[in-house]
Amino acid sequence: MDMNVKKKKLGLKEKYAHMTRGLDWQTSYQPMEKVFPQATFEGIKIHDWDKWEDPFRLTMDAYWKYQAEKERKLYAVLDAFAQNNGHLGITDARYLNAVKLFLTGISPLEYVAHRGFAAAGRNFPGVGPRVACLMQSVDEIRHSQTQIHAISNYNKHYDGFHDFKHMLERVWYLSVPKSFFDDAFSAGPFEWMIAIGFSFEYVLTNLLFVPFMSGAAYNGDMATVTFGFSAQSDEARHMTLGLECIKFMLEQDPDNLPIVQKWIDKWAWRGIRVLSLVGMMMDYMLPKRVMSWKEAWEIYFEQNGGALFADLARYGIKVPECLTQCTEDKEHISHQAWATFYQYGGAAAFHTWMPNDEEMDWLSAKYPNTFDKYYRARFTYWRDEAEKGNRFYSNTLPMLCQVCQIPMLFTEPGDPTKICYRESEYEGEKYHTCSDGCKHIFDDEPEKYVQSWLPVHQIYQGNCFPDGTDPTAEGFDPLAAVLDWYHFNNGHDNLDFEGSRDQANFAAWRGMATKNT
Amino acid sequence: MSKVFIAFQLNEDTRPIIEAVLADNPHAVANESPAMVKIDAEGQLVIKRNSIEELIGRDFDLQELQINLITISGHLDEDDDEFKLSWLN
Amino acid sequence: MEIDLRTVAIKPLRHTFDHIARRFGDKPASRYQEGTYDIQQTDIFHYRPMWEPELQLFDKRRTKVQMKDWYALKDPRQFYYGAWTIARSRQQDAAESSFDMIEERGLADIVPEEIKQTALAVLVPLRHVEWGGNMGNSYISAYGYGTAITQPCLYHAMDHLAVAQYLTRIGLVLEGPEALDTAKDAWMEAAMWQPMRQHVENVLVVQDWFEIFVAQNLVLEGLTYPLIYDYLDGDFSANGGTVISMMTRFMGEWSTETAKWVDAQIKVAAAESAENKTLINDWVKQYRPLVLAALAPIAQRAFGEQAETVLAEVTAQFNARCTKAGLTV
Repeated sequence: MDMNVKKKKLGLKEKYAHMTRGLDWQTSYQPMEKVFPQATFEGIKIHDWDKWEDPFRLTMDAYWKYQAEKERKLYAVLDAFAQNNGHLGITDARYLNAVKLFLTGISPLEYVAHRGFAAAGRNFPGVGPRVACLMQSVDEIRHSQTQIHAISNYNKHYDGFHDFKHMLERVWYLSVPKSFFDDAFSAGPFEWMIAIGFSFEYVLTNLLFVPFMSGAAYNGDMATVTFGFSAQSDEARHMTLGLECIKFMLEQDPDNLPIVQKWIDKWAWRGIRVLSLVGMMMDYMLPKRVMSWKEAWEIYFEQNGGALFADLARYGIKVPECLTQCTEDKEHISHQAWATFYQYGGAAAFHTWMPNDEEMDWLSAKYPNTFDKYYRARFTYWRDEAEKGNRFYSNTLPMLCQVCQIPMLFTEPGDPTKICYRESEYEGEKYHTCSDGCKHIFDDEPEKYVQSWLPVHQIYQGNCFPDGTDPTAEGFDPLAAVLDWYHFNNGHDNLDFEGSRDQANFAAWRGMATKNT
Repeated sequence: MSKVFIAFQLNEDTRPIIEAVLADNPHAVANESPAMVKIDAEGQLVIKRNSIEELIGRDFDLQELQINLITISGHLDEDDDEFKLSWLN
Repeated sequence: MEIDLRTVAIKPLRHTFDHIARRFGDKPASRYQEGTYDIQQTDIFHYRPMWEPELQLFDKRRTKVQMKDWYALKDPRQFYYGAWTIARSRQQDAAESSFDMIEERGLADIVPEEIKQTALAVLVPLRHVEWGGNMGNSYISAYGYGTAITQPCLYHAMDHLAVAQYLTRIGLVLEGPEALDTAKDAWMEAAMWQPMRQHVENVLVVQDWFEIFVAQNLVLEGLTYPLIYDYLDGDFSANGGTVISMMTRFMGEWSTETAKWVDAQIKVAAAESAENKTLINDWVKQYRPLVLAALAPIAQRAFGEQAETVLAEVTAQFNARCTKAGLTV
């Protein structure tokens, strides 16, 4: 036998090209536009799908090999965490409220990302982006499941986690992240890629995962750190896909530039609004803090995003206008958001509280321009009142922005004492938005945003009570009926941390670990 | 010049990788946070398969980096020998 | 003070999430259950899709099949992501060691020429059929209803991509990159492949996702896989082509495993109502002759004068499988 004919082993780039390129073909028994019906309606022009570069070049064999290794590691940690009562090793039960917000607000979005990338992976006519989108789709179901599995153990012992999918669809503040993903998925595949692949994954996901997961590590939550970092390892691939996608669109045809720019502007602002919730988690909900929201913003948005936009400038992409306002907002949004949740803590599925003196000093140090000047006095007053037994809960319902669906809590540019409102008119009706950024988005697609299911409007219209509720009955308590419809365990899931079942149980269980009785 | 970065989980597998990256990129700076290390570098960052192999004494496939990778910034160009991050501006 | 947390015996407040408890009672739930049941959103979508404004983002009306509970379509393998990817990585390890041995020792050279030519002519162009399977299953994963079925369809789509890549490697091992171009030309132009290409393209434009499930996962795969990875593979092994069988082992094992999952879906959907049963029966009766016609020239190339006999046996086995799943075809 002639051993000289043994073939040379193929390099990574060559192997990947053979394994994927050429699997597709130009259909002739059915027209291409019928096979790929969503490829053109958004106005993006693509001339040559084979120009797509695949930076990560993963074939399925390598994918399974590395992903299986990640999964084995992750589940080993989760099993150990559950067996050893790892939940009692966290710094303080207050910490869990950040995890609650994560499971109810973020994990279900991973699921929608999975479905949306399956759709993008079906709809693009090119092999390169199709395969990359499908790998992201299967990664995203991984993330939703590893998060559910990690948090399952917390759900057994603490309140607020127990009915996350039902709550996501209904609860007022959860419509913020839900409507974000509904918005992206209801658009076409190219806008989806800019919304989720680029703006969310590339520009914003670092802000969500990296500082928050470091925070989890600081607070002894190894289960969350493990799923977070393990998910983030896939994220590096997703970010690369998002960046590749935007370059590809811009290189294919100059007519794509204004469309892409419009989407970048829209989705940068939409994403930044959603991240207000993360800012509040970092500054207020982590008992041991790793960095402030403002610091994370500066590292991951200003420096990293700045490098990105400098790079994209060669295609004619400009930094989104709304970002000028963010430089001012980074000093305020976490305080404004937490103040709002504190007041509406009766209707949130997690506990709220006012920071203690030491924590307020930390906030002063991190926010020297704003915390003492605008927020400390109010927070100290609320805390003193609570200590006297007058914990303040607002009994009204806040007005929501028609686009981002966050309550009108943000302030005017240049005046942090005045709530910002904007108004638009569409077909004779008035619509309200929270900022110039959101107003701009509304005015560009009013026919889309008039459809928003705004939780507060719906409550006032009587659409948020359990079946068979009689609002005319004597002693009818509308808030209790709404909480019932949300599936809250009223008195356990909501209200102040002080006096909560979580607080009492955590203390008792930790006590059992240190005493013999 | 803009900065690129790469972050890894901090564990036994990544210790030699980080060592190799810092040796091959003298301009890079490692920043440790709980459970992770982030390596920042002006302009570009190159990870070389050979350097890692020398430290661990076995064959290494650069795709193995993905197991412990947390995040990257910059354009990626990967082949069998190098994993390179850069900004083009 | 060091505290030993393991010594604490705690009575949990609840054993699982409420939506799982509503189905199975409040008891410890499996990872498959918590990662699958009711995690797709069903209520209150904010905006109508621009690509299909008459329907919601997730909508039961994208197929004519109807179920009271879409989560009745459970996966007997109980695959959630971790279980699926770990199972596949084990199979991949076995496949990889086969390919490594064949490549390192140049074993492709001992395959008799006739067998090699049959493998190149029949197996390598099938990578395009696999691509069609990937397209169809990713469609179901995007537009289907309920995670119980949309989740395994994505795994199935990725598996099809993997099979396409194994077939690619067979071409590379037996001949080299030219084999892929030759196969693509055959797929595009050769008379032998045109009925199959036409059929695959027709399935690509089907709108009803359950119809795709039947056409692709039950009928096309149910007839093609036994023909190729059972009968043809048997011929290869019997005639000195064991090396090729080593490279198609994944496909053989995979189709046995996935057929059980496919049958379970068909069985439950058909048992749900007379209407569902009629729909599925009709789809099988519609697609079976089309697939058989598309397979005829391929079988001719693979089995020569035995082709008709082999196809008849494969069809009989397929019909028996459908009957067992509760269909009347």
